[in-house]
Parts: sequence; C-alpha cells; structure tokens
Amino acid sequence: MGGSKMDIKTKIASGPIPLWKWIMYAVIMVIVVAAPIYFQSVQNFFFVRIFAVVGIYVMLSLGLNIVVGYAGLLDLGYIAFYAMGAYVGIILGFKLPEVFGSGFEPWTFWTLLPVAALAAAGTGIALGTPVLRLRGDYLAIVTLGFGEIVRIALNNNIFGITNGAKGLPGPGQRIPTPAGMEWAKANLSFGDFAFSKDLFWYYLIVVLCLATIFVVRRLDDSRLGRAWVAMREDEVAAASIGISITTTKLWAFSLGALWGGVAGVTYAYWVGFISPESFNFMESVLVVCMVVLGGMGSIPGAVLGAVIIAALPEMIRYFAQSPLLAGVLTTDQANLASQYRYLVFGAAMVIMMAFRPQGILPSQRRAMELHPEDEKTLAEENQQIWDVEHHTDVDNDLL
Amino acid sequence: MPLTRVLVGARGSTKAFPLISLEQLEETGETQVSIATIGQQLVNGVTLGGMYALIALGYTLVYGILLMINFAHSEMFMGGAFVGLFAFGWLDNYEFFTGSGFGIALMFLMTFVISGVVIGLLGVLIERVAYRPLRHAPRLAPLISAIGMSIFLQQAVLLWITPRQVPFPNYLPAGSYEIAGISINNIQIMIIGSSIILLIILDTFVSKTRIGKAMRAVSQDREAATLMGVDINRVIAVAFFIGPALGALAGIFSGMYYGSIKFDMGFIPGVKAFTAAVIGGIGNLRGAMVGGFLLGIIEALAAGFLSSGYKDVVAFAILILVLVFKPSGLLGESVVEKV
Amino acid sequence: MALLTVDNVTMQFGGLKAVADVTFDIKPGEILALIGPNGAGKTTMFNMLTGIYSPTKGTLDFDGDVINGRKAHKICKMGIARTFQNIRLFSNMTTLENVMVGRHIRTLAGPFQAVLRTPRFKREEQHTVDEARKWLRFVGLEGEANELAKNLPYGKQRRLEIARALATEPKLILLDEPAAGMNPQETAQLTQLVGRIRDAGITILLIEHDMKVVMGIADRIVVLDFGEKIAEGLPAEIQRNPKVIEAYLGSGAEALLAEG
Ligand SMILES: Nc1ncnc2c1ncn2[C@@H]1O[C@H](COP(=O)(O)OP(=O)(O)O)[C@@H](O)[C@H]1O
Ligand SMILES: [Mg+2]
Repeated sequence: MGGSKMDIKTKIASGPIPLWKWIMYAVIMVIVVAAPIYFQSVQNFFFVRIFAVVGIYVMLSLGLNIVVGYAGLLDLGYIAFYAMGAYVGIILGFKLPEVFGSGFEPWTFWTLLPVAALAAAGTGIALGTPVLRLRGDYLAIVTLGFGEIVRIALNNNIFGITNGAKGLPGPGQRIPTPAGMEWAKANLSFGDFAFSKDLFWYYLIVVLCLATIFVVRRLDDSRLGRAWVAMREDEVAAASIGISITTTKLWAFSLGALWGGVAGVTYAYWVGFISPESFNFMESVLVVCMVVLGGMGSIPGAVLGAVIIAALPEMIRYFAQSPLLAGVLTTDQANLASQYRYLVFGAAMVIMMAFRPQGILPSQRRAMELHPEDEKTLAEENQQIWDVEHHTDVDNDLL
Repeated sequence: MPLTRVLVGARGSTKAFPLISLEQLEETGETQVSIATIGQQLVNGVTLGGMYALIALGYTLVYGILLMINFAHSEMFMGGAFVGLFAFGWLDNYEFFTGSGFGIALMFLMTFVISGVVIGLLGVLIERVAYRPLRHAPRLAPLISAIGMSIFLQQAVLLWITPRQVPFPNYLPAGSYEIAGISINNIQIMIIGSSIILLIILDTFVSKTRIGKAMRAVSQDREAATLMGVDINRVIAVAFFIGPALGALAGIFSGMYYGSIKFDMGFIPGVKAFTAAVIGGIGNLRGAMVGGFLLGIIEALAAGFLSSGYKDVVAFAILILVLVFKPSGLLGESVVEKV
Repeated sequence: MALLTVDNVTMQFGGLKAVADVTFDIKPGEILALIGPNGAGKTTMFNMLTGIYSPTKGTLDFDGDVINGRKAHKICKMGIARTFQNIRLFSNMTTLENVMVGRHIRTLAGPFQAVLRTPRFKREEQHTVDEARKWLRFVGLEGEANELAKNLPYGKQRRLEIARALATEPKLILLDEPAAGMNPQETAQLTQLVGRIRDAGITILLIEHDMKVVMGIADRIVVLDFGEKIAEGLPAEIQRNPKVIEAYLGSGAEALLAEG
C-alpha cells in the first residue's frame, strides 16, 4: 500500500516533509506550548491573552479558509457563524437550568461545544442551500447581508433572549465553568506559577486549532478535496463529470460554519461575555483579510495571516512600552502604529491582489490558479462561469 | 471587536467600528397608519430613493461594463460628503456666496461640481490602481481588492480627517410646506428635484452621446463592442468618473438631510443602493433608478410598521430574496449565458 | 431499443433557433457522428444532452428516462459523459488527479471517513488511483501521470479529457471535435482510440470536422445545418447526399466529404 500510495503524491500534493520543515514545526510548537507558561510565570498576563486571542483568530481563519480557499466562495458574513456558536453556547448555558428547574444539571462547555458547533453548521446549511447557487460576487453580497441581519437581530433582542446591545449573560444569568478548570487551577500551579483561567482556555484553543488543521488537511486530500479544486477551476467541467456543485459548495460552507461555531462558543466561554458589537462586518472582513494575506487555500498561510493581523498591532503597542524597543518607537508612535492597522490591512489587500494574490505562504496550486498563464479576459471568464443560477440545485445526498 | 475588548477588559468601550446608519427616518410618532402618515412616509421614501438611485447608478454602471461589484463605491458617497463639507466651508468665507439667494445657489452649484469632480477623479484613480491590474485575474481578486480599498478609504478619513461625527452645514433657507397633512421641507424638495434632474441628464447622456452609446454597447456585448472599435479603457474611465461623481452628490444630500457625516456613513447606504441596483437588474441603468426609488419607498413604508431597530433588515432581506429568487432583477430580463 | 432518443428537440436563444426540431436516436454500441458546418447547432445539442441547457421544446430520452432540463451532474450519474470543444481540463491539477476527479460519482467516501481515514476510505482511494491509472493507460498517457494538465501538449490534453470522461464509466460518451488541432499522426491514434472505446462497450456520439475520421469510424451520420437536421444515414449515403454537399459547399468541403 505504502508504495503506491506515494504515487498519488504529485508535484502539487505535498511530498515528504523535508527536515528543515520538521525542525521549524517543532520550534513553533515549543513556542506555542511554552511561551504562555513563561509569560504567566513572569506575570505578563496581557501576553497570555494575546496568545489566546490569536488562537481564536487562527481557528476562524482556518475555518474561513475552507470556504474561501478551498471552495473559492467569498463569504463576507462569516462572523455570523461565530456569533451563532457564541450565542447558542451562552444561551443554552444559562437557559436550560431556567427551563428545566434547579434539578437540571447545567450543560457545561464540553457539551455545548458540539451543540453550538452543530447549530452554526446547521445555520450554514440553511443559509447555504438557497444562496450557494449564486455567482461568486452575488454570494459575497448575500452573505454580507446575512451577517448584518444576524447582528441586527442580536442587537434587537430577538426572541427576547439575546439581551440586545447589552450582551450576555445578563444580570442574574450564570454560565457554567467547564469541568477540568478547577482541577487544572488546583493541580497545575507550582510555587509562584498560578495556572490561570486564561491559560486553561489558551491550551484548549491550541488543541482545537490543531484539530482543525488535522481535519482540514485530511479533507483536502480526499474525494471532497479534489471536488473542491475541480469546482474552483471549472464549474462546468466539474458538473459534467458528476460533481454536484451545490452540494460540494455546501460542504465547504457548512464545515466553515462549523468551525466558526467552535471558535464562537470557545471565545464566549473564555471571555464570559458576548455582545452583538463583537460580531460586526469589520470582523468578517478581518478574517477574510487573514486568509487572503496568508494565502488562500494554504493552512500555514491561514495561520500566519491570523497571527499577523491579530497579534502584530498589539505587539507593536506593547513592545513600544518595553525597554526592548523603547529607543525605536515612542509610545505615541506605537499607538499610532496600532491605530493605522486597518488602513494598512486595507492597503495590503489591494497590494496583495495586484502583486501577490497567492498570499504570503501560498498553496502551490492556488498560486498557479491566481496567476493564470493563459490570460483570459473577464468576459471570457464570465462566459465560463456557467449560469449556475439555472442549472444546479442541492441534491439530497447531503441532507 | 473581540481583540480590543479582551485586552481592554470585558466591557471596555473601544468601539473600533460602530455601524451607525445615518439615514434615520424621522419617527412620526404616530402608531396608527393613516393616509397622511403613509403619504408622509412616501415623501420620506422618495427622498431616500433619490439618494439610493444616485448611488445605485455607480454600482450598475461599473457592473455592466466590468462585471464586478465596486465595493469601494460606498466610500465615494462618504468622500463626496466630506469634500462637500470642505467646499462649503471654503466658499463660506466669501460674502459673495453667502450674501444673496443667487450667491447661495451658486455656492451649491460649485460645491456639487467640486465634490463631483474630485470624487470622480478619485474613482478613476481607484480603477487605475486597484482594478485595472486585475482585469484578467479571477473574479475574486478585484472583489477583494475593492474591499481593501473601501477599508483603506474609510480609515484614511478616520485617521486623517476625523473619527467623529461632524455637523454638516445647511445653507438652504429653512422652510417646510404642508399639503393635506403631509409636510415636505426645502431639503427634501432639493434632494428630490436634483436627483431627478441628474437622472434625466445621465439618461440623456447615455442614450445620446457617443461615449454614452459606447458604454451601453460595452455592457451589452463587450466583444462585439471591441470589434466595432470602442475603446474599452475610455469607457471604463468614464464609468468610473460618472458613478462616483453621482455618489458624491448623494453624499452631500445625505449630509444635508441628516445634518451630519462620518467616515463610516457609506456602508449601509452602499449596501442599500446595491440592493436597488439588483432590484433593477444590475447593469440596467433605468432599472437602478427605479430600483432606488422603489427601495426608498418600501423602506420608508416598512419603517412605519417595524421597530426602528429592524429597519435596515428590510433592505438586506430584499437583497437576499431578490438575488436568490430573481437574480436578474425585478425589472431586467434574464439572458442565458453562453458556455 | 435505442439508448438515446432525441425527439423533436428545439433550442432557442432569443430569436435564434440554434437547434430546430431535430430528431435522431443512437443504438447501444453504435458510433454516431454529428456533423455540420460551424454554427450548425452541434455543440448546443451536446449542451442540452448534458444538462447545460434545457431544451425549449422536445424530449431527450436516455435509457428510458427523460433527461430534459436535469442537472448536469445527475445526467452524468445516469451515464452520459462528455468532452468539450474548447478543452476544459482542471489545468492546475495533474494528469492523474484530473482522471481521479473523474471517479467522483463512482466513489462514496464522505468527509467523515476522510477525516477518520477508515479502512474503507483507504481502499477506495487506492482503487481510485488504480482506476485512474487504468484509464490513463487506455488513452496512452501513463507516462504523464504527474504532469500538470496545462503543461501537456494539445493532443494529449484532448486524450486526457477523454480519459476523465471515461473514468465516470459512462454508457454514452459525447466527444466534441476530439481531433481538432491534431496532426495526422495524432488523428490516427485518436481514431484508433475511439474504436477501442466502442470495443469497451461504450456508445459514442461524435462531433467531428475531419471527414477522414468520421467516414472511417462512424456507423451512421446525422447532419445538421442551421439547427436543422438535413440528412441521416450511412457514411456512404451521406457522402453522396446532395443536400449535405450543398451545405458544405460554402466551406469548399465537397472534396473533404469525398476524402473518406
Ligand atoms: N448561450 C447561447 N446564447 C446565444 N446563442 C448561442 C448560445 N449557444 C450557442 N449559440 C448559438 O447557437 C448557434 C449554434 O452554435 P453551436 O451549437 O456552438 O454550433 P456548432 O455546430 O459549431 O457546435 C450559434 O449561432 C451560436 O452562436
Ligand atoms: Mg461546436
């Protein structure tokens, strides 16, 4: 088996991983695992939080990468699934005991994680089923509209359970702590080093990110992964060999939504508070920006994009205050630098598209697609975009 | 946003991007739906509709020719309002303009021209910088570039002009008229009147002038138009001048109507105007005009029934429904695409 | 019993009837050639048969089912595969991968199995590779398995497209000008390939301008002109048909017709 399995590996699919890459991964892993412990032990809690925030964005970026990178669908309302995970998680957390009385053992994070994730995926399927037939740019706008509707609904206390702009949990509503947290705090603290709530969540987030990477990699190298590439390259040809375009898109869309949900519920339980303001259009764009900057369709790219966009501005601000960079940047300059981040991200998206559409750490195949050698005019391209509006529909083999 | 939120503390108040829609309809305060309130909402709706129509034209012109959604178009609206603000501020220094009714009329005209030309040129520049290099790239690329441009422009205004909501001057003499219980004020009259005039001018331009006809030819059949010797780049440049210029004027109207402007004022009207363009069948100029007024009226009427918190949902819902069920628009005809 | 029956089919684009009231059928195991001058409506017929267009009028009956307006991917599942006049390969996939995607409808493993790498998944993947290699050998591309599709020379791209279509295990394969742009040697190979496809038990509907190919391998020929069927019959009959000769006269193809 091994020998002929290797034959599948082509120039495109990753070959054996070279040693230097192994070493690099190992170094990254050591930093990921050990750095927060170090920061915690030197009482630098701010950095521990930055690590966890970046972790959440890495998850979002990896999830959206399935949609944008693998399926080639621009989703501008991705944050709505993140919101869905967060709200479903929090609401079930306090609502179930309210409904079933005090005898009810509240669902903790561990139960809520899959439930919220599935709720987000379900929302993805419900939205995706009618809209995935649309052409790319229409889809982008529709998802944007969907994201805004979700935010507005949350803001208006829809069904009377989201507590509007004030956010959740409201006064008197308690969300359960996950099992394991108390144990970790009690057993993993040594001397001056106190294992904190933030550390607990941080490691959980890391595990979830690794799980995401694991799943995405395996999907990529499978029947579904090949169908994604085929569909991205030529929908008409893909349909002509029996690939259901809508189903294939729906898989990407709902898997992306699933990870949005996972990130959402994790974020919500970590921070312990959510409000609609956290789920605005700009957040969706930021995540798109992470995927684009890092490299569409590339896992290392999605991770790097999230790290750059989520961490860099905060790092600059922080380091300006530390003796390390004190001479280089004044605090004011550093604050300015972090204020300029959106401006820089916006410009980066424009520049990237013109000069390096494949991103910083591109997927090889995506890079080739984005730099077509045979230049097609947009009109021709448009001709090729088969009028999916009229010809594809969801078939039942998914639902 | 979570990042700042987490770092500042759970309930920190750093709002990076509050999405405040500016076109708040005046609440009539009446709960009963009378003929007069409907009439009143119609007047408000037509006012909004005029602005939507002006912005929608920009989306539809560009889409017709380049088949791309110019996501940065909403910033033309916002930019137009700011340039208008500066133009008014500058002209205000001269007594000639403030002294007489004629002067004021001239001041408006000059402001419109300045804002239209500046933003029109900005539009042309953006096309050169952000879209032209991507004309042969996959369709996702220009869309992403446009989103980046939109963020860039918003941030540029936020950082280099002001992050705050700033008052917008009104040089029109205050005045409102009441007909059968429906009131209409000078600003509304001006907005409705000017947008209709502008729409007529554009329509004539497109159907009568050489370059206008070329634009239509390109949007109907690009290849055939090229074969007939139409200079595509010129057509694109003209579309990227006219669209933003009209959007800029809508921005000034919006500033006058609501009395204030802000760097993020473009987003919601932008999406709504895009909805208007979609209703009218994107690429279809008259469709966009009708779609704009239609959306304005629907929205104003719906505002009478829905809580004001949900009024933006109407446009988003219409957008989704039209795209899902009739992507060719309610007014356009559908064509089978060639394979 | 016909495998495919095209009954009074019309396809109208605005004012243009690209296909007008065309009727013909294909028997199992047959090679039917569809010929006619450029713009006659041949590709449009293929597009209707593969679900890209839905006929304005008439019925398309495949293997006992009406396929009018069905989704393209469903029609493929029912057993019709095709190639395109202007080659549509997945250009940034390798030759092997292109054919592997062609196995899509013959494989089942879902995302869950892919994530868990179940034994069934592994077996299926291996089988997919084996099948893909088999079809590459069939069309003579086994040496180029790891080449990117877009880097293949033109003639090989055409053959790869055929391999991809064959990998779906169709009952009927539609070939749209497979010999276009090929040199005489490649054309000869292609003719031989088409014969082997038929020998493999697959029915063939062929659009081709090269009369040498058509006259050499077609069992029967249907001729379209301006959307209408102007003739149908054995190659020898078609060659002599005055209507056909007239239709081709414009393109000076009288000699061409006689070539076969
Ligand atoms: N989607 C379409 N819209 C309008 N006209 C079309 C479309 N597809 C094909 N046609 C027209 O139908 C006619 C037949 O085309 P086609 O079937 O491609 O001819 P051929 O026999 O050369 O393959 C041509 O005039 C072509 O322009
Ligand atoms: Mg043809």
